[in-house]
Amino acid sequence: MPSFSLAVGPVLTYWSRRALTAFYADVAESPADTVCLGEIVCSRRHEMKLDDWLALARDLKAAGKDVVLGAQALIESEAELRALRRIVDLGEFLVEANDAAALNLLAGRARFVVGPHVNVYSRLALDELAALGACRWVPPVELSVDAIGVINAAPFAPDGTDRRVQTEVFAFGRLPLAISARCFTARHYGLNRDECQFRCLDHPDGITLSTQEGEPFLALNGLQTQSARVQCLLGWRDAIAAAGITRLRLSPTARDFLPVIDSFHRVFNLGADAGAELAALQALALPGALADGYARGGAGHAWQAA
Amino acid sequence: MSGAAAERATDRAGARRKPELVCPAGSLRALTLAIDAGADAVYMGLKDATNARNFAGLNFDLATTREGIRYAQSRGRKVLMALNTFVDARDATPWLRAVDAAADLGIDALICADLAVLAYAARAHPQLRLHLSVQASATNYEAIEFYRSRYGIQRAVLPRVLTLSQVAHLARNTRAEIEVFGFGSLCVMVEGRCHLSSYATGQSPNNAGACSPAPHVRWIEQPKRGSGAVDARLNGILINRYAADEPRAYPTLCKGRFEVEGEIGYAIEEPTSLNTLPILPELIEAGVAAIKIEGRQRSPIYVEQVTRAWRQAIDAAWAQPARFSPTPAQTAALGRLSEGQQHTLGAYNRPWK
Repeated sequence: MPSFSLAVGPVLTYWSRRALTAFYADVAESPADTVCLGEIVCSRRHEMKLDDWLALARDLKAAGKDVVLGAQALIESEAELRALRRIVDLGEFLVEANDAAALNLLAGRARFVVGPHVNVYSRLALDELAALGACRWVPPVELSVDAIGVINAAPFAPDGTDRRVQTEVFAFGRLPLAISARCFTARHYGLNRDECQFRCLDHPDGITLSTQEGEPFLALNGLQTQSARVQCLLGWRDAIAAAGITRLRLSPTARDFLPVIDSFHRVFNLGADAGAELAALQALALPGALADGYARGGAGHAWQAA
Repeated sequence: MSGAAAERATDRAGARRKPELVCPAGSLRALTLAIDAGADAVYMGLKDATNARNFAGLNFDLATTREGIRYAQSRGRKVLMALNTFVDARDATPWLRAVDAAADLGIDALICADLAVLAYAARAHPQLRLHLSVQASATNYEAIEFYRSRYGIQRAVLPRVLTLSQVAHLARNTRAEIEVFGFGSLCVMVEGRCHLSSYATGQSPNNAGACSPAPHVRWIEQPKRGSGAVDARLNGILINRYAADEPRAYPTLCKGRFEVEGEIGYAIEEPTSLNTLPILPELIEAGVAAIKIEGRQRSPIYVEQVTRAWRQAIDAAWAQPARFSPTPAQTAALGRLSEGQQHTLGAYNRPWK
């Protein structure tokens, strides 16, 4: 039975330093083997400075975790470029690129991870990045498991070149769907982005946006828009294995996240029954109902449980 | 100063130049009207999922592309082909064949976003001019440099999320030409990085060349709320509710009315449209090489009228930048064309920053 790496994705929402410290102390004890750290969404968020993230990264490394530093998804200013260069220049941890600026700085210098915000939809595109040093990729969230399988189907190029890249699929959490220069959380409170009062701190899972019929639809997370539903591929073990996917990204939620890691570990690595684990998972305090539509190539909000 | 930095300082693209006017063509008729109205270049796409305006009844086959290129080039103008969606993992053929066809037809430039397409075009047709599509989401000069140094892109189209000063800073620090959106519909999300449409319908700009695709739209009469009241749904999801006397807008997902913490309203974006005419001299001063008009899905008459207004404006702003201001006639004409929607400078001045 193949075993799967469980990777804790970056905390995409804004948590207090105390909440983050407690969370990662728990993660250190969990069956997750990889942790991606850093602020992905907004450079105004400052509970953790780069040095704080690095201290945390070293602690997690000492606890036996593989640590990845996630780069910001939307880079507009010179200050944001400087922050990116600092992360790349460290050379201490694997870096996850989330835009082409990070690719440009990493290419040919270090092995790197291609994050979900870089658009790789085909083997041809992945080969371009593998040639520059990509050792792992997190496919765009809208790519189906079948399509990922097609991309992974030919691990060697016609000339024999080994072009295998580890695949880490977004298996759990509210889906990061879009990013803007405009802050929707600040807008909701009638505030400007530069005087946002850090209202994101009050919403550790984002703010749910519902249709006028009361159906939860999206979630506002500052510059980022997420799904209101929680992606969950707990029942997809066989299809995921068949698609050449060896890693599962679990994106943190504010409550009951540790039991989620345990459930994925039991189903994917210990042979537990997915149905029973799914029932247990649905009883947890998650921010929304479950979804898996993207995995089958349909609308992302749909849910069939594999 | 290193050699590369010195080269950048002397060979930078941020120098003041008269911007090209780049206009949309969803049909041969729109293309010829845009050329006649003064477009320096038109951009178009093929009738399939290889471009980000994959709408029924729109776009070009090879014969009309050939005819359009002949029409434009014989008048000293250019045709740019948008090939700016992302290759299907199962079959890259339509994208790669389109690159070959564009090269064979003598297109003036290809507008692409996908690494797969850029790499193929750069290697198979090294003489073909490449523009980086807005769908590639390049919002800083390091990102542009990634595509320039590896695939030789000569121009980058910037997402509609940057401020004017960010555009100017970027233009000063890159050797690629910069193209910005000047007029038309406004994406509030960074283009190429928005999956809202596929979350609701399975189809997105990246994977199908369409946002909030029309086959998923349903207008449902709500007579209990009054004659003429309707709900607008996208794949069953309620995007907006209109009272009997309210003007309706196409249910683009991000421009719907939703409920957030008990308040119902435009929670993501008001249905406004972009008009940068008031800051045209500043865009020229920033060194932009081209100004793009959005709207391949719009009618040929719309394209003609917008092109004419912008041709006059660019000529005037170039001749006498200090004295330039949009004429009341231009403002009124462009306002009518936007179907009564409010105009905004979008992110360029960021009143919400």
